Amino acid sequence: MKAFDYAIASNESGALAALERGYRPKASGIDLLDLLKERTAAPDSLVSIADIATLKGIREEDGGIAIGALATLEETGAHAGIRKHFHALAEAAAEAATPQIRARATVGGNICQRPRCWYFRSADFNCLKKGGPTCYAVEGENSFHAVFGNGPCHITHPSNIAPALVAFGAEIVTVAPEDGGRTIRAADFFMLPEDGGIMKENVLKKDELVTEIRLPAAVAGQKSGYVELREKQSFDWPLVSCVAAFNGTKWTIVLGHVAPTPWRAKGSESLLGKAAAITPEIAEKAAAASDRGAKPMSQNAWRLKLVRAAVRRALLLADGKEID
Amino acid sequence: MKDRENEGTLPGPAVFTAPHSRRLFLKGMGLAAGATAILPTVAVGQNADAETEEIPGLKILGRGEQKVTLKVNGASRTVAIEPRETLLNVLRTKLGLTGSKEVCDRGTCGCCTVLLDGASIVSCLMLAIDAVGHEVTTIEGVADDPKNAALIDAFCEHDAAQCGYCIPGIVVRSSALLDENPAPTAEEIRQGLSGNICRCGTYTKIFDAVGSVSKGGRT
Repeated sequence: MKAFDYAIASNESGALAALERGYRPKASGIDLLDLLKERTAAPDSLVSIADIATLKGIREEDGGIAIGALATLEETGAHAGIRKHFHALAEAAAEAATPQIRARATVGGNICQRPRCWYFRSADFNCLKKGGPTCYAVEGENSFHAVFGNGPCHITHPSNIAPALVAFGAEIVTVAPEDGGRTIRAADFFMLPEDGGIMKENVLKKDELVTEIRLPAAVAGQKSGYVELREKQSFDWPLVSCVAAFNGTKWTIVLGHVAPTPWRAKGSESLLGKAAAITPEIAEKAAAASDRGAKPMSQNAWRLKLVRAAVRRALLLADGKEID
Repeated sequence: MKDRENEGTLPGPAVFTAPHSRRLFLKGMGLAAGATAILPTVAVGQNADAETEEIPGLKILGRGEQKVTLKVNGASRTVAIEPRETLLNVLRTKLGLTGSKEVCDRGTCGCCTVLLDGASIVSCLMLAIDAVGHEVTTIEGVADDPKNAALIDAFCEHDAAQCGYCIPGIVVRSSALLDENPAPTAEEIRQGLSGNICRCGTYTKIFDAVGSVSKGGRT
């Protein structure tokens, strides 16, 4: 990989000072090292934020839960409060990658990681996302590309935890030198290509740093289910994932790995209405409506079958029912 | 760890008796190539900004080689590294700890698994400079720890290795797994080792070996 200047921040203001000077942030660097080795990314300078104490740990406060940007996937998946009230998030964190990666990978890094599109990751393709002229997936190998969304870039968002954050109405808190930072709804954090998300996948500015993810206070009757379908059951990237979350009054169904952002299955949501209890028949009907608005590419319509299976199973699991 | 390729002296003409090996040859090549590559980067690393600017809460290190002290297998090792070097690379090429294997170099195969403060991690996806201040234990250290003797014996007794290249990483991960969960079920062993790939496919014997020392069977 290309040499880079390195700096280590011991607090948030030190990190922001580095970002203002053009340094790019690095937590554990799990995804970043991959990008550096492939030369998909070649920053001149990196600032380590891994030692900043205020970004670490998971706190239960004001009835909600604040997950520090540096909390690991392992911590998130094992946290008792998250397991109890935000079960689908705990499952998504606990099923991501491998035990060795979950021990270091952070939640901040997980939501900010770059897509796995093989054209984007290969130095041989100057694709749209790298400022190039075209999305090579359109005419190329697109089995694993988006089945929802309007392009013109057809990545699927790689984050395991992002769909759960959207489903639970989480907020992403940032700091920035100019305005001090902001609080962004998870649903507004991820950006579709058509909304300006071609060269990046979220609304973060260059000098802005994620500090924590806030989960709202749990309400009575809240329940959720998570399903992840892969080619193999041990370490693999999901083909499709689904979070079904009931907040006491309505269901939110969010799909992962099928669109450039976490994707609301609004067809399923409107069919479910306010039904709290899920029968196999209701789950089946909701699943059948999950592909509304889908725009599969030349090779990937098969994944809509997995979408329907994931929605059906996630709903049944959320309601404590058996799945086949 | 002893370098097996350098054990003993080869018989034959004098020209072959010098201690040489593929590994030493490659090391020499690496040094020769590295020496020319490092010089310009040192100069860049010592730029004026890096030397003079004081920013509270920020330690600017530049990009050149710098001496750091890593705690590896209980010993403090001082070594000159560039910030871009991975922990795996430094362990293997600068500290002579070649038990950790580089296979995929992308965090997928688990062959480079080491312990960082007791937790198993992949050393190919960690910068060596980030390991400063932490305790690193490689397969060499795991193998020397008496608590792992029964685990390592079990790998031999179950004939768990075919080519053996993945085994150092699997033993390190298995040791951590048994620390996290001293009595894992068969399913917990499979999930626990899901970050380690064995392309010979000796998984069943590996799982049996780990299973045989669970339930307190580890010494």
